[in-house]
Amino acid sequence: MPGSDLIRRAFLVGALICAPAILCAEAPRRVVSMNLCTDQLAMLLAAPGQLVSVSNLASDPRSSAMADRARDFPANQGRAEEVYLMQPDLVLAGTYTARASVAMLERLGVRVVTFDLTTRLEDVPGQIVQMGDLLGRPEQAAALAATYTADLKAFQDTVARTPSAALYAANGYTTGAQSLSGQILLTAGFANVATEAGYAFGGMMPLEVLVMKAPEAVITSRPYPGATNAEAVMHHPALRAVQDSRARGSLADSDWVCGTPYILRAVADMAALRRRLTTGAP
Amino acid sequence: MTLLAVENLSVSLRGRPVLHDISLRAGQGEVIGLIGPNGAGKTTLMRAILGLVPHRGRSSLAALPAQARARAAAWMPQARDIAWPVSVETLVMLGRTPHLAPGQPASPDDRAAVDRALTRMELESFRHRPATELSGGEQARVLIARALAQETPLLMVDEPTAGLDPAHQIATLHVFSALARDGRSVIVSLHDLGLAVRHCSRLIVVEAGRIKADGPPGAVLTPDLLRDTFHISAWYQDTAEGPVFQPLKVLG
Amino acid sequence: MMTLTRLLATLVGVLFVAALVIGPAGTGPVASLRALILGDGGPLTLVMREIRLPRALLAAMIGAALGLAGAAMQGFLRNPLADPGLIGVSGSAALGAVIALQTGVATMTAFALPVSALAGALIGVLLVLLLAGPRGGSLTLILAGIAISALAGALTSLVLNLSPNPFAANEIVFWMMGSLADRSMTHVWIALPLIVLGSAMLLSLGRGLDALTLGEDAAQAMGINLARLQLTLILGTAAVVGASTAVAGAIGFIGLVVPHVLRGFVGARPGRLLPASALGGAVMLLAADIAVRMILPERNLKLGVLTALVGAPLFLHLIYRTRRAIA
Repeated sequence: MPGSDLIRRAFLVGALICAPAILCAEAPRRVVSMNLCTDQLAMLLAAPGQLVSVSNLASDPRSSAMADRARDFPANQGRAEEVYLMQPDLVLAGTYTARASVAMLERLGVRVVTFDLTTRLEDVPGQIVQMGDLLGRPEQAAALAATYTADLKAFQDTVARTPSAALYAANGYTTGAQSLSGQILLTAGFANVATEAGYAFGGMMPLEVLVMKAPEAVITSRPYPGATNAEAVMHHPALRAVQDSRARGSLADSDWVCGTPYILRAVADMAALRRRLTTGAP
Repeated sequence: MTLLAVENLSVSLRGRPVLHDISLRAGQGEVIGLIGPNGAGKTTLMRAILGLVPHRGRSSLAALPAQARARAAAWMPQARDIAWPVSVETLVMLGRTPHLAPGQPASPDDRAAVDRALTRMELESFRHRPATELSGGEQARVLIARALAQETPLLMVDEPTAGLDPAHQIATLHVFSALARDGRSVIVSLHDLGLAVRHCSRLIVVEAGRIKADGPPGAVLTPDLLRDTFHISAWYQDTAEGPVFQPLKVLG
Repeated sequence: MMTLTRLLATLVGVLFVAALVIGPAGTGPVASLRALILGDGGPLTLVMREIRLPRALLAAMIGAALGLAGAAMQGFLRNPLADPGLIGVSGSAALGAVIALQTGVATMTAFALPVSALAGALIGVLLVLLLAGPRGGSLTLILAGIAISALAGALTSLVLNLSPNPFAANEIVFWMMGSLADRSMTHVWIALPLIVLGSAMLLSLGRGLDALTLGEDAAQAMGINLARLQLTLILGTAAVVGASTAVAGAIGFIGLVVPHVLRGFVGARPGRLLPASALGGAVMLLAADIAVRMILPERNLKLGVLTALVGAPLFLHLIYRTRRAIA
């Protein structure tokens, strides 16, 4: 049996024993995250020096809520080769992280933990706890999860009226109640027109369907530099006309994409928008 | 009246001199045969006269604006291009192009000119056939008809008889003679010296870009010229049937 | 001839109205047209005036522009295979448009986008004529088209891949295949002036293209100014293809299919084929744009997919028929 196989088996055994990290005598020392959302959870919970690298997206303020923090860490492009050479003892990935890279790392004997996509606000504490356990920081995780749960509760008061709203992004992509962003809208006290139009999860909603639904608020994502036709739909005169007669919201992707405590900032923004709509306050 | 005056016309193609100091005039009622061996510059001479190639010297036609020139002289090139399957009538009507202002539709006069051209070339029965479906010889006659429909004082045709059967070769040259009787003139390049002798009122011999001889056929086609320019000997006699010219053999 | 014009014009009218009343919102045709014309201030008026009207107008305009450009190029090159899409003119225009969008020039002034696309188209036309002018023959034309299309496509992809915008790379398919989805009146106003100007230039070429049937020498001797004809053709084609591509991407095959279908009805005369192909192009693109909305409306099917499904077999047929000329 070649030596490399022995090493791999040793790793595999270690991985199995350490599966619930609480049982593991020693926390991982070199953690590499390859996914924007695990990047942020890890940065929130990791001990100093424990996190070796985060994905390059983490330092992009358009997609990351923790872009400033992320600049303190070396970035990786998510390629198996560079991640392997960082000699991690734990790699964090998301469901949509490149399959080929994850499979390659696993073949090389690296321990990879894949986090599920969050689609409900209630799932966030579970992910925080999962991350805390993996990093050997359960106390910190428990505290963060408790704060989050309390903050979330504050938004869940009943509201007098739920104005209609739609999320509308590049390519006319909209999301319904069965998605994280749909949940944000719902929690903030809006009724999502995408759900009633048959887009429970999400999909491309033709502009004229949106205009006919005439939602009270249309929340669009902020455009990236470099004009594209995909984003042009968000500046379409018909959409502008709908927004001008009602309310306009703009969606900062960074707060919306990941199931981290920052998602509550998005909820707060939307709740403020709803209050402006229902009370007529500026 | 002079229909064409050419003075000291010279042409170089890609730096190589092709025509040297050509001067000639054409009056009314002439059928001028342009003869000479391959590569002598007959086609280039006619194109230069029309201003279709850059040249030095002067040609009264090349000096005219494009539309005025097209009303003064018609040109039938040797290449028998018919790009689209247009009807014979449509094709011949193209000869009326220089007579129409932009956007102006064809008048009864234009249609009459087309009819005359079709009749002269015995093409009435082909009128509605697509020109591209005709035989090579028939296409040549259609293209001559197009040049005739232009109804210009001067007609310039490059090798019109190539590919025609003997009857249509003779008929075509009869058409040219008839034009000359009406006071118009034709400059026609020919390889068949027998046809040239019988049907042209005047021959211009071109050799290596220069005019070697210019005059009535009998005066031009001397045994010396035939030997020096065409490298042939020939039997040439005025008979009761008119002049007869028959090339005999190649001289070494 | 008049009956053909009338028939095509009627078809354009019918398809234009159909394009106005067919859409995912599924509103009745009478209510839709009333909302369009009378305007009730409600969302249906907004849909009709700001979404469906510009889309139908663009389909008619761009279809006409591409049909006309194809007929003019074919007449000039005396080759039925010349189509602005196939010979790389549309691809070059798309490159110009993408450069304007990605450098941000397009946001400075509304006309930067179509003008940049025009510049791209101009380079494309000039390259094609340089490589495969009127005497170039079918083989050189097709080869030149392949080379120019490939180069323009690669550079377009490169520009989009270098873009900081995550959506840019997915946009390659829009620029290669074309779409009229969610275009607005802004796009109509951007494209209209150049399409009108270019179309007027191309329509003026009728007599010259007719004369060119007999070759360049004969045409010149019939009083046609070939240099001016060529310049007008180049600028006119660049204007209409540039403006069309700037707002709708590169839609291929319209300039191939339409003149081919209509040639028999106009006695094969290149001049008469010009206005007929403009009307025919409008018919074809309106029909294609209605079809993409009826087949798989959720999938945002690209126009070029449909036009290629019709046009590519015809292209193969034409190659087969002219194979002796090519060989």
